[in-house]
Order: sequence, then C-alpha cells, then structure tokens
Amino acid sequence: MLELIKQPWHWSVAGLFIGLTVPLLLILGNKSFGLSANLRHICAACIPANIPFFKYDWKKEAWNLFYIVGVIIGGFIAAHYLHDPEQVKVAPTLVADLASHGIDDYSELVPTQIFNWDNLLTLKGLFFFVVGGFLVGFGTRYAGGCTSGHAISGLSNLQWPSLVATICFMVGGFISANLIVPFLLNL
Amino acid sequence: MIDAPKDKKQRVITSPEYKHSDFEVRSLDSQCVNASEKQVPFYYNFKYMLAGILFGVILVKAEVISWFRIQEMFRLESFHMYGVIGTAVVVGAISVFLIKKLNIKTIRGEVIDFQDKKFNKGQIFGGLTFGLGWAITGACPGPLFAQLGTGVTVIAVTILSAIAGTWVYGKFRDRLPS
Repeated sequence: MLELIKQPWHWSVAGLFIGLTVPLLLILGNKSFGLSANLRHICAACIPANIPFFKYDWKKEAWNLFYIVGVIIGGFIAAHYLHDPEQVKVAPTLVADLASHGIDDYSELVPTQIFNWDNLLTLKGLFFFVVGGFLVGFGTRYAGGCTSGHAISGLSNLQWPSLVATICFMVGGFISANLIVPFLLNL
Repeated sequence: MIDAPKDKKQRVITSPEYKHSDFEVRSLDSQCVNASEKQVPFYYNFKYMLAGILFGVILVKAEVISWFRIQEMFRLESFHMYGVIGTAVVVGAISVFLIKKLNIKTIRGEVIDFQDKKFNKGQIFGGLTFGLGWAITGACPGPLFAQLGTGVTVIAVTILSAIAGTWVYGKFRDRLPS
C-alpha cells in the first residue's frame, strides 16, 4: 500500500482528490475552497496599516490559516515519508530546452538551480522569487481568487466570472512561460 | 461595518448567516463569503488542518507543485496538469450539484450556501497578472506553501513577496479599474 502511495500519482487520482476537497470543506463547515485569501488574512493579521481592505475580523477566517498550515505539513510529510526516489519525469522537449539554459537537476519538484538562497540577491533571484511572488499575490487578490478559488471552486459552481478569470490565468501563463521565462533563465 | 461598499450594493443577501458574519470581508471578497452561524471553540479548526495536510500530500504526490509540470502545461508539452484540473472541476461540479439537489447539510446540520461571483475587470487584469507570475514561480498560492513544506526554504521569500503583492493591491485597490 505504501509503495502504491509513494509512486507519482496519476492525474485522474489527483484530480479526483482535489475535486473532493470542494465538498469536504463545504460539509465540514460551509467553507468555500480558496487559498489565496490566506495572503489577505496574513496582511489583515500582521500589517493592516489602517487600510479598509484589511480591516476585518480575520480571526473568523482562521480555519483557512489552519488549512494552509496543514498544506505546509502535508508537503513535509510527502517529501520526507512518501518520497519517490525516481527523478521527476518531464517532457523530453522541456528537458532539452532547460538543459540549454543549464537546468538539469530534477531531484526536487522545483529546479534548485534557480530556487536556492545563493540566487536570492542576484537578478535571476529577484525575478523568480520576488517579482514572481509579487505578481501572484497582487494578481490573485485583484482577480478575487486563484486556481483553487476560481478554477476549481468557481467553475464547480458554474460561475462564469470564474471562467473568465481562469482563461486569463492561462493566457497570462502562456505568455509568461513561452516569452518571459526563457528570457529570465538567461539572466 | 455593515455599510455596503458601492460596487456590491446589488448583492442579494439570502442567507441568514450573513447577519452574523463580518460584512466587510465577505462583501469585498467573494472568496470569503461563507460563514458559520454557530460560534465554535478554537480547536474545531484543527479539522481543517487535517484536511490541509491531506491536500498538501496530494499536491506533492501528483506533482502539481512541480515547477517543471507548470512549464509543461503552459508550453503544451504534457496533458498532466490539464488532466488534474479538468478532473477536479468535474468532480467538484458533480459534488456541488449533488449538495444542492439533495440539500446536503454540514456535519453540524447547517445549510450549505453558495454565492454567485460578480464579474469585474479584476478577473481580467488580475487574472492576467497572476498568470504571468504563476509561470515564473511555477506555483499558485496553495502550492507555494506545499513547496515550502517539502523543504525548499527559499520559497519563503516568494510567499513574503506574494503577501506584499496582496498588501499593495489592498492599498491601491480604489485606484485600479474594477
């Protein structure tokens, strides 16, 4: 059984479980699945700075902060106790392209040749961690949700604004991955 | 606190839960509209932590948090992520349909309510902005936290930066097209 869990999961299994998160949270306590809201709750809890957008009772949304702490713990458990010794398998075309940018370490789920502390104060690090993270935080809140809130919760409830948001996520991603990321990899 | 912001005046308040909820947060952000009428002890939240642990394990084992998988998706080199998200939406939609159809209640017997999302330009401009960032970080907000959990500690910087991005949005939201 443990061996079965340890190997990378098929997309249909992963999709099934992620989809079941929607009814799980609704049935546990009438909670809407959406993770980017946590970034706002952290702002409201730590640095509200008298901004109306952050002046609300974030403690009522504490369930979501518990959830995201759980996600961190889940990541730790999966990486340390359910780890698959095989390297991450990705499309050969991507492997070839990344190799031309000097990325060939597939031991982690993120390329550690980019995401490491030594890169923090370099131009590459500035774009990959700081600018990338900023765009994610700014964009999700402006859009009113992220992949979980719009693409999964919103589409599950057949909300057309969520479809608009999801299409825009994808368009932004296509532009970025094909035109911007190759440029950033050369920095 | 109960003054409705001008852009949300037309919101139809149908759920009795609203009167006990924090109107500000719910009206400004469609992500936070659900609320429980009952006051519950703090430790009840631990069940959400368990659900989060399960979700974190899924994200890692399905390689959804993989930067490489996100690049593949946006370069149309693999079906994996489309399969994951597509399956999740179908399963989620069937679940929501059944909850509505069979009038399924929460474990404490409360009615489950759904709010419609309102269209605004943020879903376009914000959506595009998030998409640009998503392909760079290789992770949306949930996976960022899971990546941190797997031990890539530098992702803490990305998360702090995402928090800063959210803060800047909150600071300037009145001046942005909506």
